[in-house]
Amino acid sequence: MRRRSIGWLELYGLLFIALLYGPMLLLPLFSFNDSLYIAFPFKGFTVKWYEAMVQDSALLAALRNSLSVAIPVSIVSTAFGLLTAKALTRFRLPGRRAIVGLIMVPLVIPFIILGIALLTTLRKTFDVPLSLWTVAAGHILICLPFSVMVLISRLEGFDRSLEEASLDLGESAWSTFWRITFPIVLPGVVSSLLMCFTASFDEFLIAFFLSGDGATLPVFIWSQLRFPQKLPNVLALGSCILVLSFLLIAIAEKLRRGGIPTEKHSGF
Amino acid sequence: MASKDNSFISLQGVAKHFGSLRAVEDVTFDIKRGEFFSLLGPSGCGKTTLLRMLAGFEVPSSGEIYIDGQPMSAVPPNARPTNMVFQSYAIFPHLTVAQNIAYGLRKKGLSKAELADTVEQALQRIRLGGYGQRLAHQLSGGQRQRVALARALVCRPKVLLLDEPLAALDKKLREEMQIELRQLQRSVGITFVFVTHDQEEALALSDRIAVMSKGRTLQVDSAARLYEAPSCREVAGFIGSMNFFDGTVTDVDGDIATVDAGSAGALRVPVNGHATRRGAKATVAVRPEKMEIAWQPPQGVTNSVAGRVTAEAYFGDRSHYHVEVSGLPHHIAVALQNSQRSLDTTEARGRRVWLTWPVESSVLLPQAGG
Ligand SMILES: Nc1ncnc2c1ncn2[C@@H]1O[C@H](COP(=O)(O)OP(=O)(O)OP(=O)(O)O)[C@@H](O)[C@H]1O
Ligand SMILES: [Mg+2]
Repeated sequence: MRRRSIGWLELYGLLFIALLYGPMLLLPLFSFNDSLYIAFPFKGFTVKWYEAMVQDSALLAALRNSLSVAIPVSIVSTAFGLLTAKALTRFRLPGRRAIVGLIMVPLVIPFIILGIALLTTLRKTFDVPLSLWTVAAGHILICLPFSVMVLISRLEGFDRSLEEASLDLGESAWSTFWRITFPIVLPGVVSSLLMCFTASFDEFLIAFFLSGDGATLPVFIWSQLRFPQKLPNVLALGSCILVLSFLLIAIAEKLRRGGIPTEKHSGF
Repeated sequence: MASKDNSFISLQGVAKHFGSLRAVEDVTFDIKRGEFFSLLGPSGCGKTTLLRMLAGFEVPSSGEIYIDGQPMSAVPPNARPTNMVFQSYAIFPHLTVAQNIAYGLRKKGLSKAELADTVEQALQRIRLGGYGQRLAHQLSGGQRQRVALARALVCRPKVLLLDEPLAALDKKLREEMQIELRQLQRSVGITFVFVTHDQEEALALSDRIAVMSKGRTLQVDSAARLYEAPSCREVAGFIGSMNFFDGTVTDVDGDIATVDAGSAGALRVPVNGHATRRGAKATVAVRPEKMEIAWQPPQGVTNSVAGRVTAEAYFGDRSHYHVEVSGLPHHIAVALQNSQRSLDTTEARGRRVWLTWPVESSVLLPQAGG
């Protein structure tokens, strides 16, 4: 029998987690604090910052902008991602690794470089006016790798003979896709949608460089930081985003791992 | 030409090349209606490829396949009168057993009640009544195999294609399923094309067997004929075990040829329709159980080869001996039935013996380049 006690390693682990996630918890904590300043001790509990937040029309406009970018971006990225992942897993493509690498590149390039590069290309080379469209285009670029990654892992566990069996039993290629392929990859598709949505919704740098007058939520928050009296509003908003992102990613992960057990399951 | 008499499936010069790899080469044979037909051969010889061409998943590089008189090259898999049982079974993981079985019936225009009825009957027949609501991963290997079979059979195909359907099962279950499969085939009367690399399985189940090697068919025949009258050395060696004596034909007298087999002496063997002539190279093949061992020099027999016992093994009902014949590159295997009770424990090893066999028990095989 081993005595359960907290050794050095456990202590280190606890400290690590506290330092990692502690600061994030301060955000929702102070959003309920009845004071303009982020400082201990707490002055008192209030929800007035949340009330102020939902009455702030500029903030709501930014939220609308963010949603109208993030929703189409997640759909388009997932559609492209599904086609790409299907091609990469289904055929013996020459240079498959190179193609996957190329798709993943935006993940390793610093977004600030990506943002500046896209800005100069759009403005100087093609003279495209900045708008939510340009933000969406930039976001598709960085969401596609997520989508491809999630969907490849889903499709790799997919037994090719399932589709052949469906054809063999008299279904056309089209109805095979809808009766067999799609239901089996559906958890991956939903997971990809949620991940892309979160990635686009939270993204700041590219949105900052590529948005015109219509700021997305992160860009709006950044602009508000200049005004100390608006800070508590931002805390309230930040808390909402934190909780929502966490939920979406948790759901996405659960879907990606779970769902229908395939015989040749390959999770990573 | 495709549908003469009772030939139901006809393969004519069928080949399949993957790049430079010739997976199937110039295959021509017919399968009869209602036949249990097996494709037998070692791994990689092109059995699956041939079966997939019948199902329509691969298009022949050349040649044509006819089913029931219709050329198949332009017919996609979903329009062919064939259904397939996949080696992996390919049970749809997101559907229940009942939904799996009903999958191919959607377009048959059955009412809801008829559909439920058909599925229920199919479940009863595979002895999985009450399993309709289960998912694939809740079934054992043998149960999955039966679901795959039922799913294909409810579609009432003219031809059922089976790709090593028993390979994933353990030995006992496999033997049970072999008997079930054979009974099922007799009762539904559907033509079965069955792929296996297990020769015993093929011999036990099939009306006829195509023995394949390196993409070609070596012989298409009944189990008995493959065993008793193999057409070439590869078939003879692949099905059961066989002793070979290489030599030269010295005389052909009507139905009997005489072959000079070097140190094994002159052997007489039925010609059995093989074209042969004096001076041609040929092989005399004899099965181990068709030989007798004489412990004294035999008198008045036609075929007799002298040798020395190098190994023996006693199995109760039979005994196996290895006999070395000087001048032959490999030993001769002999299997004797212990049909009379005997407690004779004299050691056979090292004893000088004479192997004899009746002329009609041996087979003449033409030699490549002979
Ligand atoms: N899609 C393909 N592309 C390239 N080569 C292939 C393809 N399918 C099969 N082959 C090759 O064709 C040859 C015959 O394969 P096939 O699967 O028909 O063999 P098999 O007799 O079924 O063997 P096994 O008993 O191992 O299943 C093999 O050398 C295989 O590598
Ligand atoms: Mg095979």
